[in-house]
Amino acid sequence: MELYYSKEIMKHFRNPKNLGKMKNPDAVGEAGNLLCGDVMRIYLKIKEKNGKKIISDIKGEVFGCVVAIANTSVLTTMVKGKSLEDAVKIDKMQLIEKLGGVKKIPPTKLHCSILAVDALREAIYNYYLKNKLKIPKELEQEHKRIQNVLKMIERRYKKYNLYNFGLK
Amino acid sequence: MDYAATTPVDPRVVKAMLPYFTKKFGNTMSLHSFGLEAKKALENSREIIANLMNASPEEVIFTSSATEANNQALKGIAFANRKKGKHIIVSKIEHHCILESARWLERQGFEVTYLPVDRYGLVDLGQLEDAIRKDTILVSIMHANNEIGTIEPIKEIGKICSKHGVYFHTDAAQSYGKIPIDVKKMNIDLLSASSHKMYGPKGAACLYIKKDVKIEPLLHGGGHEFGLRSSTVNVAAIVGFAKAAAICKKVMVKEAKRLTKLRDRLIKGCLKIENCHLNGHPTKRLPNNANFWFAFIEGESLVTELNRYGIAASTGSACSTESLEPSHVLLAIGLKPHEAHGSLRLSIGRWTEKKEIDYVLKVLPEAVERLRKISPYKKGW
Repeated sequence: MELYYSKEIMKHFRNPKNLGKMKNPDAVGEAGNLLCGDVMRIYLKIKEKNGKKIISDIKGEVFGCVVAIANTSVLTTMVKGKSLEDAVKIDKMQLIEKLGGVKKIPPTKLHCSILAVDALREAIYNYYLKNKLKIPKELEQEHKRIQNVLKMIERRYKKYNLYNFGLK
Repeated sequence: MDYAATTPVDPRVVKAMLPYFTKKFGNTMSLHSFGLEAKKALENSREIIANLMNASPEEVIFTSSATEANNQALKGIAFANRKKGKHIIVSKIEHHCILESARWLERQGFEVTYLPVDRYGLVDLGQLEDAIRKDTILVSIMHANNEIGTIEPIKEIGKICSKHGVYFHTDAAQSYGKIPIDVKKMNIDLLSASSHKMYGPKGAACLYIKKDVKIEPLLHGGGHEFGLRSSTVNVAAIVGFAKAAAICKKVMVKEAKRLTKLRDRLIKGCLKIENCHLNGHPTKRLPNNANFWFAFIEGESLVTELNRYGIAASTGSACSTESLEPSHVLLAIGLKPHEAHGSLRLSIGRWTEKKEIDYVLKVLPEAVERLRKISPYKKGW
């Protein structure tokens, strides 16, 4: 059967890892894409180990296309067991590489990787905030940017009274 | 389940076409017997195609695609009648080739009204009449919509246009050969039809132009197609188009009944899935079209998921387009962007059987369920 997407993307789409809701997460992050309207949510469980905050479990939920689902899945596999300091450094290029590289992803789908990274960073931000920890300056800036995007989508869809963003 | 995108060529059509590649390969403009043979096939095809819409053969010109026919209709009418007026009316749910032609004409100084539709995709006749101005030269409203299958009241639209002395064009790419068309009874001045949507080959389509309609050609050259479409004639494809039309004529009524039954079985079954909604009109729709939106999920994922079960379908989701915009048709019937995001079109055809409908109804709920499980949106979004 001919497939539109690369093997790597289809593998994650067909057998996504760590997708679904998490009960009693330690932190939650949500991000949306202004262009296509996809939304992603990341749940984290955090444990202390040798004085470091380690992501002991992660789950993702996604309202989006094949590539968005694959990105969420691949992200969760990369993050599990990492410290928050290391996880926050993951960028979209690493996800794109894991999914077969720029050449294997249609240009219009490259933004899906940003969405996954944003959702994770929001979850980490949420953890720092909830636990009254010092939030790194860069993460604070990222948070502002991501929230701005969400607000813009919200504004666009406001008349429809939906997309109730924000963490509750 | 994607016959609305394109159809396989009927084997009888292939058989009719084959001689025109190797043995009867002549150029219709040649004066020797090869040319005359091709010319005869062309004119014979024209008669069959015209007959299926109750037109005269000399009112039909062949084009390479319905897109070309639609471009020819809009641009050809606009430029031939610019002294009379500069205003054109199209509906908001036209195919891109109409909408983009209209937008291009706007850039050339013409004015275009984009007529809204109701929640079923139907244009409002009163609104249409109100939109007609003194300088209106053309109304172009499709016969049946390619995404949601809604059939427009074109007979009534034709009546209004003829009352106001405005040319009426209809894009019948999705309906010609599937449901009856009578250009005389329906007051149609121009009509586009396509071969590859009705079991003919790609590369052939036609434009009906009523006698005495003032129109300019797009392609200038050797004067083929009554001077309206210069280009060496693609005889084999046109012969195939005509054979396809002849078959459709024979089976149309019976086939429409059979497909309507299957379609309604499909719609009824799909609507049993929770939070699934029908797009388009429940009865005023093409016999072969079903279109839904499923809450909480995205259509491209769903199409890909169905592909895994061997089902070919299509979606109006933003994720499936280069522009990342949801389908203009679904937005025009009032769907919100997130609702259009979860849309699915299933279109059936000549070789669809009941057991295939039942197979879809068996696997679709599983596919929807799997994607809903991983979606952050649940009930009450």
